[in-house]
Amino acid sequence: MTANQSDGGVGDGRDRSASDRVDVCVVGAGPAGGLVADRLASAGQDVVVLEAGPRFDRADRIERVERDVRPSYHPHEVWDMGGERDAYTSSGDRGYPLNAARVKGVGGTTLHWQGMVFRLHEGDFDEHARAAGVDPWPIAYDDLRPYYASAEDEFGVAGTAGDNPFAPPREEPYPMPGFPPSYSDSLFAEACDALDVTMHTVPNARNSERRDGRSACQGWGTCKPVCPSGAKYDATVHVGRAEAEGARVVDHAPVQRLEHDRAGDAVTAAVYATPDGEEHRQEAREFVLAAGGVEIPRLLLLSATETYPRGLANSSNLVGKYFHDHLFAGMGGRFDEPTRQNHVGFLTSESHQFYDDVTDERGPFKLEFLNYAGPSPVELALGADSFGDDLLDELRGAYGNAIAMGGLAAQAPRKENYVSLDSSTTDDHGNPVPDVHWSLDDRTRATLRAANDRQREILAELGVDIQWTVGPENTGPAFHHMGTTKMSADPENGVVDPQLRTHDLSNLSIASSSTFTYGGALNPTLTIAALALKCADHVHERL
Amino acid sequence: MELTRRDAMGALAAAGVAVGAGVVADRFAGTEETVEFDEHALATTVAVGRAVYPSEVENVESFVRTYALSRSEGDEDYRTGMADAVAALDEYTQEWYDSDYVDLGSEAAETALYEMGVDVEEPDPEGVEAERVRFYLVNELLYALYTTETGGRLVGLENPQGFPGGTDSYQRAPGTNR
Repeated sequence: MTANQSDGGVGDGRDRSASDRVDVCVVGAGPAGGLVADRLASAGQDVVVLEAGPRFDRADRIERVERDVRPSYHPHEVWDMGGERDAYTSSGDRGYPLNAARVKGVGGTTLHWQGMVFRLHEGDFDEHARAAGVDPWPIAYDDLRPYYASAEDEFGVAGTAGDNPFAPPREEPYPMPGFPPSYSDSLFAEACDALDVTMHTVPNARNSERRDGRSACQGWGTCKPVCPSGAKYDATVHVGRAEAEGARVVDHAPVQRLEHDRAGDAVTAAVYATPDGEEHRQEAREFVLAAGGVEIPRLLLLSATETYPRGLANSSNLVGKYFHDHLFAGMGGRFDEPTRQNHVGFLTSESHQFYDDVTDERGPFKLEFLNYAGPSPVELALGADSFGDDLLDELRGAYGNAIAMGGLAAQAPRKENYVSLDSSTTDDHGNPVPDVHWSLDDRTRATLRAANDRQREILAELGVDIQWTVGPENTGPAFHHMGTTKMSADPENGVVDPQLRTHDLSNLSIASSSTFTYGGALNPTLTIAALALKCADHVHERL
Repeated sequence: MELTRRDAMGALAAAGVAVGAGVVADRFAGTEETVEFDEHALATTVAVGRAVYPSEVENVESFVRTYALSRSEGDEDYRTGMADAVAALDEYTQEWYDSDYVDLGSEAAETALYEMGVDVEEPDPEGVEAERVRFYLVNELLYALYTTETGGRLVGLENPQGFPGGTDSYQRAPGTNR
């Protein structure tokens, strides 16, 4: 490092001082930020990525598996979440476990995601949103369709094209062959046949064969929260590619606020802090926020000025509003035969048959056939209160016959669910923490009940002794943070326009699920990636 | 069911320990030339292994010695924690059995763990004696066993969580698990 450079107090000798004014400053090194940075750096743009968390050492992943499986560790410890840096408030009717729902660091939340990648249905862009009482997206499925195909190629998706009759139209095969159904799926198949329920395979962002220097899945069974082999896609792939193309990635660099020009037309700098307490100003021609559905609205609100007293890009007063997630619906019990669970940590079959049957009362849901029902023997052993032969008897009694279904239900976006600032609590840099204000409405409960009804029918047909249900009363979020800077062609009804650019500031874009107008009931990351690629195209056109 | 050299190799991989196949082979076979190690701590760990592993598991001594030795070598925290947990165990058995743990018979070795409360205490590397024994000895060895293919097979799961057993087994019907 030269005299003007500093590692920011991290102690690793990496320069964390700001670069001279660059073409693009990306905030967040998760999947959206990684893709945007990779695309723009590959196109010759000068890119800096600012990441609040650290770079995780790849060699530590085995240890992180141990932290996941062994009961001596809190789940947050797997990816070093928590503490003053990640303080938050949860003020709604329903508590929101925010730090279980995200990872801060290079790779972002894809480090602990499951890797399920679906395209939203055509109806999600329009009639499903209307039925939920919100505006449709200002873009249609067809607008995103080529970006979806690119996103599948970028992630490396293993899937079986054509076997899901309910999926939106696609022309291309998936980049890799899909994972075959599980033995457990074959048990469900008979019951589903009898009920005329169609099962189909699941596209996975997980290598079914070696691709792009990443291994095929090795079957560690710990996909969520850690894939030691790297077969599961995570955003370190694209952050790495961006760096190889010349992008600069600064970790341990949480952005404190954005600054704008005198007229309030454009952002001039992202001000970030390093662990030594120093602040740095990164100037750029274009800024892209890619820090997820909670930290993005928080950053905009933290950037309030005299010109924009309600926060940046917030003329609509909708920054943070319409926070919505997907809700888990599940049911399970014991079967009278072995079910062969817990060999792998991912799904191989689902049913989207009922997804588009949206009514005035309920929204979309999908059904999942789990491959990891019941306890994992090793986890059970580590928490058991017996040893030796008694322990083995206990494990044999607990493992073997568990069977379960899961599912995701759409949440109706509501203005009264929001992310705001809690000024009574501050983070490690003295900034107000995010307050996640979250509750469930009747439509969402009805959707969960509809999912449970189908699950009950299938499990009863199969002859399962149903022992547990997760429905409207005890559901939890799927950790998909959507809607908090929603897209609209109308500046009064949204934060970003259909090009992902904020209505208020001409050089500020957002690549995130925060721009979703309506999130349907399908895992959002492929749509995040498609939007990120679209965003990168628009930024590139402007530069 | 026989624990193999391959199981030891896998358990070490699952614990993030990089060790050569040749070293594991020698250790497993007991033919390695003398290494400097706390033999008492190692023997006690083997005795704990015999107490917490099911009786149908064979080759416990080779497996536990190989695992504990290799795990300790590059990890001072583990080595210190293990030695400390062994001392705590000995202190307990000296008081109640007038003997080091390693010299207890097999029945007493298991009973002593229950009496000390190791069965019900939380595993905690910073905790009280029984919690440290649970963390450094009992859970370390249970993790090692039940993340191996052999440990998984004991329960009917040939590709347990933490073992990279590939993507065939999940598709196979019961009774076809080679």
